[in-house]
Amino acid sequence: MNTTEAGKQRKFLLIMMLLIALLIILFFISLNTGVIRISPGDVLRTLLHNGTARQQLILFDFRLPGILLALLIGAGLAVSGVILQGVTQNELADPGILGINTGAGLAVILFLFFSQNRLDTSGTFSIFMMPLFALLGALGAAILIYGLAWKKGVNPIRLVLVGIGVNAGFSALLVIFQLKMDPQNFRQATVWLSGDIWNANWSFVLALLPWMLILIPLALFKANALNAMNLGDGIASGLGVSVEKNRVILLFIAVALAGAAVAAGGAIAFLGLVVPHIARKIIGPLHQYIIPISTLIGALLLMIADTVGKNILAPAQVPVGIIVAIISAPYFIYLLMKAK
Amino acid sequence: MIRIFINLIALVAMLFSIGLSVSYGAIDIKLMTVWQAVFDFQPDLSTHQVIQELRLPRAIAAALIGAFLAVAGSVMQGMTRNPLASPSILGVTDGAAFALVISLAFFSNISNLGMNLASWIGAGIAVVLIFMVGSFSKDGLTPVKLALAGVAIGMMLRSVSSMIALHFQLEKQMGFWLAGGLEGTNWSSVKMLFISGIIGFLPAIAISKSITVLSLGEDIATGLGQRNIVIKVIGILSVLILTGAAVSVAGVVGFVGLIVPHITRFIMGTDYRWIIPSAAIFGALLLVLSDVVARVVNAPFETPVGAITSLIGVPFFLYLARGNGGGKS
Repeated sequence: MNTTEAGKQRKFLLIMMLLIALLIILFFISLNTGVIRISPGDVLRTLLHNGTARQQLILFDFRLPGILLALLIGAGLAVSGVILQGVTQNELADPGILGINTGAGLAVILFLFFSQNRLDTSGTFSIFMMPLFALLGALGAAILIYGLAWKKGVNPIRLVLVGIGVNAGFSALLVIFQLKMDPQNFRQATVWLSGDIWNANWSFVLALLPWMLILIPLALFKANALNAMNLGDGIASGLGVSVEKNRVILLFIAVALAGAAVAAGGAIAFLGLVVPHIARKIIGPLHQYIIPISTLIGALLLMIADTVGKNILAPAQVPVGIIVAIISAPYFIYLLMKAK
Repeated sequence: MIRIFINLIALVAMLFSIGLSVSYGAIDIKLMTVWQAVFDFQPDLSTHQVIQELRLPRAIAAALIGAFLAVAGSVMQGMTRNPLASPSILGVTDGAAFALVISLAFFSNISNLGMNLASWIGAGIAVVLIFMVGSFSKDGLTPVKLALAGVAIGMMLRSVSSMIALHFQLEKQMGFWLAGGLEGTNWSSVKMLFISGIIGFLPAIAISKSITVLSLGEDIATGLGQRNIVIKVIGILSVLILTGAAVSVAGVVGFVGLIVPHITRFIMGTDYRWIIPSAAIFGALLLVLSDVVARVVNAPFETPVGAITSLIGVPFFLYLARGNGGGKS
């Protein structure tokens, strides 16, 4: 038992190091690709404050915040998916499919609509308020979905179906409010809703960072509760885990992560679904391993999607959510075919 | 007898709502004027021209599209015995829109007929994808799996469409299709809808009795000596033609194909010889009224009619998800 445990830990550390190495490599690739190419040497020089003013501007004001945002959003959505799948014991749960993303998006659009009627991202106030409103919207959606799916308990399948319905309703409301905006904001809102790290700047990074720094470790801290819940409610309470209390706390963490991610990156679907599956395949069912690995894979996947989206149709940018959907929807369908 | 009566009432209500739809707009027109414009047309009156050239084709197109989607949904639900089967949930409408975006991107001066063909092929692609998921699935397509597969396939097709639209700068047209709307319908679209309607509707009527048998279960149907494959092929073709034609004119109008068949079954019973024609009338009624709401709700701007039907349809979907649809599997 101890040897396999130690072996598992070694494997875990190895994979973590591998993922971190991949992240660093991709980080540099992403930094030097784009409409204006900067060689890796120049990237390093610029990062050490020895580049030209032009290189500094491109890297520090545009690319770096965009990449960091992608990392944070990817990590947040992935961990949100891990928790949702664990808590609902439903392999197909994901903040996008359950309509939590759209709820957050709706709240943000409403906030922008009523506060100034324009998607002004330069306003520091709205940047820091957006995650809060997204959280409220995500919470509202989660409570609504949970309540509607409740019928002497929550059946995982009913939860997903209700999520699809609520998602469609929110999307319709979104369209109606979007149409009340002027054409330019309408376009921006459309791009944003299809999942885009738009107008990335340092304030967004700063607004998002505390959420991730607090919530992901908190999720990790609750890993054992998640492990127990995975065995079923009965066994979990037999093991001395107070299921209901933990479920509420964990759901709150998941919803808050998704809400904050949506505020910064729009509604990116499927990422929270696919990453936990990959992580489970690599490391097995224990959440103290799944959560850190998912964090890194989520960050990696969104950074890849972001880089691809920036370059595939350059100079036009493809919203990152579209790339994520094209990559992950086939995997989702594959999972569906295998599911019982 | 009572079923004929209900259908007659629905038919009258539908004609009345077409009248309402024609009379409501930027210039309000009296119902009497509508009557005159139709039966005593005077070309030099501008209101008569508005009615003849803009409002009337739009209202008729709405009625036809509503009927198409409702019939397509009825056929799908009857054949699959799946309460969630419907053109928009299974991604069939997204498939049609996908093919439309592609054809617009590569043949920018495509004819109406070409658009129609593309739309049918696109709908067909989505159906083939769904069937593939079904046949590779462990224990076939349960209602939930069907819905999830449809959502995923729809989303994938939509994402690829978005990318193509972005590349060829067709976001506006694309946005129009995805939201669903009846702006820009004219007599030529009505004519096209009408012809497609005949091609798609007649087979659905012809196999309606067999669909009733099929809805009892495939084993029973086989036992009764029915050739299910033939029926299914005819049914799918009918669904493709009706859905494709609807999408090529109005884009993705969600939930009509889901709600109407349920309501119709609730009122008319389980005989598809009744369900299919009644669903056509109810569907027409629903979409004509939704189009009126779409114009009223945020006047003077139009709201996509797809958003309106979604808002009406979601509570219904949720009801289904809580009941039979979610209980199974």
